[in-house]
Amino acid sequence: MKTITTLGMVTAVALSGMTVSAIADTSDKRIALSNNYAGNSWRQAMLGSWEKVTGEAVENGTVAAADAFTTAENQVTEQAAQIQNLILQGYDAIVVNAASPEGLNGAVKEACDAGVVVVSFDGIVTEPCAWRIAVDFKQMGKDEVLYLSDKLSEGGNLLEIRGLAGVFVDDEISAGIHEGVAETGKFEIVGSVHGNWAQDVSQKAVAGILPSLPDDIVGVVTQGGDGYGAAQAFKAAGRDIPVIVMGNRHDELSWWKEQKDASGYETMSVSIAPGVSTLAFWVAQQILDGADVPKDLTVPFLRIDQDNLEDNLANTEEGGVANVEYTLEDAQAVISGAS
Amino acid sequence: MNGLFSPRMLRSLLPPLSLAVLLIAIFYLQPRTMSYFGLNLLLNLAIPIALATIAQMFVLCVNELDLSIGGFVSLVACITATWLYDTPLLGIAALIGLVAVYAALGALIHLRNLPSIVVTLGMSFVWLGLAVLVLPTPGGKAPEYIRTLMTLKPPGIPFPIIASVVIAIVVHILLMRSAWGTVLRGAGGNPRSLERAGWSLLRIKMIMFALAGFFGVLSGMALVGLTTSADANIALRYTLLSIAGVILGGGEFVGGRVSPIGAVIGAVTLALAGSFLSFLRLNPDWQIGAQGAILIIVLALRILISRTEAKR
Repeated sequence: MKTITTLGMVTAVALSGMTVSAIADTSDKRIALSNNYAGNSWRQAMLGSWEKVTGEAVENGTVAAADAFTTAENQVTEQAAQIQNLILQGYDAIVVNAASPEGLNGAVKEACDAGVVVVSFDGIVTEPCAWRIAVDFKQMGKDEVLYLSDKLSEGGNLLEIRGLAGVFVDDEISAGIHEGVAETGKFEIVGSVHGNWAQDVSQKAVAGILPSLPDDIVGVVTQGGDGYGAAQAFKAAGRDIPVIVMGNRHDELSWWKEQKDASGYETMSVSIAPGVSTLAFWVAQQILDGADVPKDLTVPFLRIDQDNLEDNLANTEEGGVANVEYTLEDAQAVISGAS
Repeated sequence: MNGLFSPRMLRSLLPPLSLAVLLIAIFYLQPRTMSYFGLNLLLNLAIPIALATIAQMFVLCVNELDLSIGGFVSLVACITATWLYDTPLLGIAALIGLVAVYAALGALIHLRNLPSIVVTLGMSFVWLGLAVLVLPTPGGKAPEYIRTLMTLKPPGIPFPIIASVVIAIVVHILLMRSAWGTVLRGAGGNPRSLERAGWSLLRIKMIMFALAGFFGVLSGMALVGLTTSADANIALRYTLLSIAGVILGGGEFVGGRVSPIGAVIGAVTLALAGSFLSFLRLNPDWQIGAQGAILIIVLALRILISRTEAKR
């Protein structure tokens, strides 16, 4: 294990042409996770991954401690106080999933001034002294259209299922989808509904719009959590089921598996793995290690394709979402990719 | 028994004693906090809470309850981080306007004899809605002078301690030591006799609500000075914290029985309770409950003392 780690580190350094060698010892360093909310399956999986990966890291002596703290009320001032408490508890780095991109900046600044490394992910903070591991939602939307463009070379009509209106994630993914449609130039979005990232809402919304749509819909672009509901709506309407892009939820993946076995149905699935918390952990470890890490990093998507569907489905809990835990090498790849 | 152990004395000593016990426990758990730097980090977020608690105290003093103070402080924070930063004149006008609205609310509650809980609960949604309108996505920037003030590092004593003491003493003199203050408090204690004596209850309620609005404005500005930018939901928990702070500090829901010094101590105690539980490494699922337990213990002690008082 140790040799692999070292090897990975050397490759990463060589690849990126970094000048600073990062072999400082982090075995006496303590890292804390400041999390604002734990009330859904994604966040539970996120905390589970953190516990698993950092538990091993502590056991192997990579770091001295990696404790997770969650605020009880998901409130900005509460998390600000929590971060200030973590500074006082003497942590060397704080990994943050923030309740607000701006509201914690004062506390984050205090941490930086006290020499604490702050790495934010998922819910990022804008304070310049912190590191950010952000999700490129726009690219995610665009990737869906690019996949469809490869698969359906003649193009055609698309149905778009959007998320929760007014949330920036919804705007970003949708903007990416529309950009992809404009670039590839062979698709037309004939209908758009809001599915609120939930199967039941999506099913109702799609069932409602289907009668007004042309018969030849070739693809459905989605945002995750809505693919299964869309499939059920198409089935209930007695229509041919188009290529529905999935969002890594268990019900979506198991439906896809059924269709694949029955009729060779093909699609892809993409979302963000809750294990991104472990990526943030390794990035923090690398910064403590003295590595030269750019302030803005991008989370890789967890994409499931036809050939790795079974593996991912087997690893996904019922009612949960496909997950992946990141390793030190993954973090180094992300870092070298950004620099 | 002599004066030191009389129930009355014990009663007023309870808030500072609770604070001292909590502080000692924190120093024991986390010796790092026992420094200039540590006290600063531990207490700075208590300043806006203390100001919001003072605001709540003015309302409680006239037997009303303000359920909108959290939303109000959020709105002030949003205005401070946007208008007050970009166009100071507009910002100042808006903040003065908000204080006037608070005074008008006091008048409305008094004239129409409406339950303040209903009016302020309704207003909390209005404040939140306005906050979202002013600042749809989190952001903005704290005006430089507020930021400088809130991050002041005076020699010797950490700024949060100085600020808390100043707030407590100023309000204490205003409300407890001045003739005007006695009249204002009387409106909660015995409104009828006050009215017979020729004072206008309407005016008193308007003044008290305006004072609440004024301290709410100070709270929002202090908060933005600490966080550097705002969020429409930033201070929602201040509503309950401020009520708990007043009660913890020795105030009562009715009868004009309040204590500004106690309220500040109560607010600081509540802020410290959160840190204490986090230093204990308590599971977050239990933390709200534990915070409630601390509150119940202190209040139970107070009722015990009051009973002894009543027996004599």
